[in-house]
Amino acid sequence: MSSQPVLVADGVAKSFGPVQVLFGVDFDVRPGEVHALVGENGAGKSTLMKILAGYQPPSAGTIRVDGEPVHLSGSGPAEALGIVLIHQEFNLAEHLTVEENISLGREIRRGFFLDKPAMRERARAALAELNCPVDPDARIRDLSVSERQMVEIAKAVSRSVRVLIMDEPTAVLTGAETEVLFRLIRRLTAQGVGVVYISHKLDEVKAISDRITVLRDGRRIGTHPAELLGHDDIAQLMVGRPMSDLFPPKEPPPPDAPVVLEVEGLSVPGWVRDASFQLRRGEILGFAGLVGAGRTELMEGLMGLRHRSAGAIRRDGQPLRVRTVADAAKAGIAYLTEDRKGKGLLVGKGLRPNLTLLALERYGRVFIDERKEAMALDRAIEEFDIRLKSPDALVGSLSGGNQQKLLLAKTMQVAPQILIVDEPTRGIDIGTKQQIYRFLHDLARRGASIIVISSEMPEIIGLSHRVVVMRSGAVTGTLSGDDIVEAEIVRYATGLKGLKGISHDPVLHA
Amino acid sequence: MTQSSMPELARKPSAGFDLKLWGPFLALAGLIVLGTLVNPVFLSPANLANVLTRTAFTGIIAVGATFVITTGGIDLSVGSLAAFTAGVMIVVMNALVGPMGAGWPVVLVGMLVAVGLGLVAGLVNGLLVTKGRIEAFIVTLGTMGIFRSLVTYLADGGTLSLNSGMRAVYRPVYYGGLFGIPTPVWVFAAVALIGAVILYRTRFGRYCAAIGSNDEVARYSAIDVDRVRLLAFVLQGLCVAIAVVLYVPRLGSASATTGVLWELEAIAAVIIGGTMLKGGHGRIWGTVVGAVMLTLIDNILNLTGAISVYLNGAIQGAIIIVAVLLQRGTASKR
Repeated sequence: MSSQPVLVADGVAKSFGPVQVLFGVDFDVRPGEVHALVGENGAGKSTLMKILAGYQPPSAGTIRVDGEPVHLSGSGPAEALGIVLIHQEFNLAEHLTVEENISLGREIRRGFFLDKPAMRERARAALAELNCPVDPDARIRDLSVSERQMVEIAKAVSRSVRVLIMDEPTAVLTGAETEVLFRLIRRLTAQGVGVVYISHKLDEVKAISDRITVLRDGRRIGTHPAELLGHDDIAQLMVGRPMSDLFPPKEPPPPDAPVVLEVEGLSVPGWVRDASFQLRRGEILGFAGLVGAGRTELMEGLMGLRHRSAGAIRRDGQPLRVRTVADAAKAGIAYLTEDRKGKGLLVGKGLRPNLTLLALERYGRVFIDERKEAMALDRAIEEFDIRLKSPDALVGSLSGGNQQKLLLAKTMQVAPQILIVDEPTRGIDIGTKQQIYRFLHDLARRGASIIVISSEMPEIIGLSHRVVVMRSGAVTGTLSGDDIVEAEIVRYATGLKGLKGISHDPVLHA
Repeated sequence: MTQSSMPELARKPSAGFDLKLWGPFLALAGLIVLGTLVNPVFLSPANLANVLTRTAFTGIIAVGATFVITTGGIDLSVGSLAAFTAGVMIVVMNALVGPMGAGWPVVLVGMLVAVGLGLVAGLVNGLLVTKGRIEAFIVTLGTMGIFRSLVTYLADGGTLSLNSGMRAVYRPVYYGGLFGIPTPVWVFAAVALIGAVILYRTRFGRYCAAIGSNDEVARYSAIDVDRVRLLAFVLQGLCVAIAVVLYVPRLGSASATTGVLWELEAIAAVIIGGTMLKGGHGRIWGTVVGAVMLTLIDNILNLTGAISVYLNGAIQGAIIIVAVLLQRGTASKR
């Protein structure tokens, strides 16, 4: 371990417009070590990773390879230096063979023609080095997820990799496949490859890494030898941020407040298994969990946007049939999607048609009353403080925060008694966040019930009266009162607490 | 306030948006000027009535196509459907002349048959696209072949001719008129007006544009996406039927070559008019202008000897490409 680091980030900072996501982070990888990078969603892990791999330039600070400062513009130069990033979604051409993928972009030619034997030899050598049983002639689409990952690694090996950056490599693997991956990683490190390992699964991080760096809010909190940190130490490091007055004081409903929505045993094939929860009048119920835990899919299943294989929904104690968003709206339930531009707003259209789209029947049965629409827009602009340059601006030209406020205004057009908001403040500035928190708080105080899905821990903790934690498609715990603390949520979300049995095999058979 | 008004002032003179809005109308005005210069006969009421009357068939179909394209779909089957509907209409009317005698009742039954057939064909296309989850291009490519083949079969490879007694009765629907304006032009105007009201003023029209812009947003906004798409195809079928009802009395016959390439003319009219082929943005009056322009080009070439009429298609094609280039140019400026 005394060897010189091969890749060093020196005081790396990164801003996207006015938003700074990394603040002077130091990070290094030595040959032959596994250096884990952990932190909450939004802590800056993926940004740091992309800077290390040359996908994005840092706003400040330097990247050094073998002590020499480098300017990596794009993944090409980085790969030439032996730094390879393996994405969570693999970067493989589905319809080509393993062999063709390994040589993709670096084809060996003889004259005008491809030198297939040479490329075959290269693929075989890379696969043999990894002791990997994948057939070079197999098409990627026929391979399992773990085999695809092996191909990605073989591709890296064939490019004489020196630093391998892996983003959540086990998110899609079973326990046995994870073991195979770990053996592969150990073989690579034995050959002197440095590995950057990014994962939410703290037990795995502990098992595979030599050093662990914790990021929080874009800052490096610390780098420690893995053997000196326990699970709880890591969770504690990821946590521990002072709560500002971003959130209004909580006003939970009385314990005997009526249950307005009850979901029992809801399953969405491939995503959610047997999820149950209750929502009371005037309550803000947080849904916490890692990305991919099935929270969005559970709510989309509830709304009739995804196919449900099982589950009962009761509204005010009465069974409720929800097959479409329209059914839900009739029952006073509205959902604000996390995908603002893809599913929430028509970015090529103006504000008025966007605002009224969900509740257009309120503006006329057949013919649309445009005067009424214009009045509604004026009201929404005032109530939600939407700022625009001109009244006929296209929604796509608004800032993210103003788009989010418009989406919230649109969702509120159906005057829901139950409002489900999914990542309500993603990608917006702190001032707008505060406005949205205040709006949700006031709405609940007036007797509406709110479900908040968020990957931002402070948001969940600062807003929720109770918190449901999900992991791998199942509800692993419900916290209330003083139990709503970050360390506790992280334990349920990462599988240290709650249903142990489902830690590895996701819900594909729900 | 003073700050916010600045960019508006700065934006107005660029007029990028206006060109897009008025482009088709300006082009039409240009063609009219050109036509007048080429031959003074161009502006005569008889010639203009002739142009508009011949525009009516594809124009009415193009109004329907505007809806389908606005939802992000396409209907290639309209020309074949027109031929098949005309064929069936003639066969039915010929068969009824015996028992009912040549008269208006037979024409009415024929019209009802045409409308029924148009609606059913639209329903079939729509169901295959929505419930069958097949691309609209492929579905209507298939039904295009089917309808064309059916009319050829019905005519036994030849021509289906309307009973001569019936022709006399039916004739005024095409050749007659009101206040000097031929019936097909009145119908075309009415269809366009109703189409514009539906597209711009109703929930259905708004939903069409929303689905064409982003069908996921539409689905998340409680819109029954399948139903709206289906209705757009049904509307298209109805428009084809109306066009056929006007077309049959013109020649009194139908054959395998009836309505050939009408689908492309209709789509061209829609695109020239400023509707985006990828959907989300429909313009009925633009479509009307586009349809009229396509006929005008033909007319002007006929009136001048300078350019061969055989080059009509080339000029039409060039205009379509220029129209789309202009749309893209203004779209990227925004």
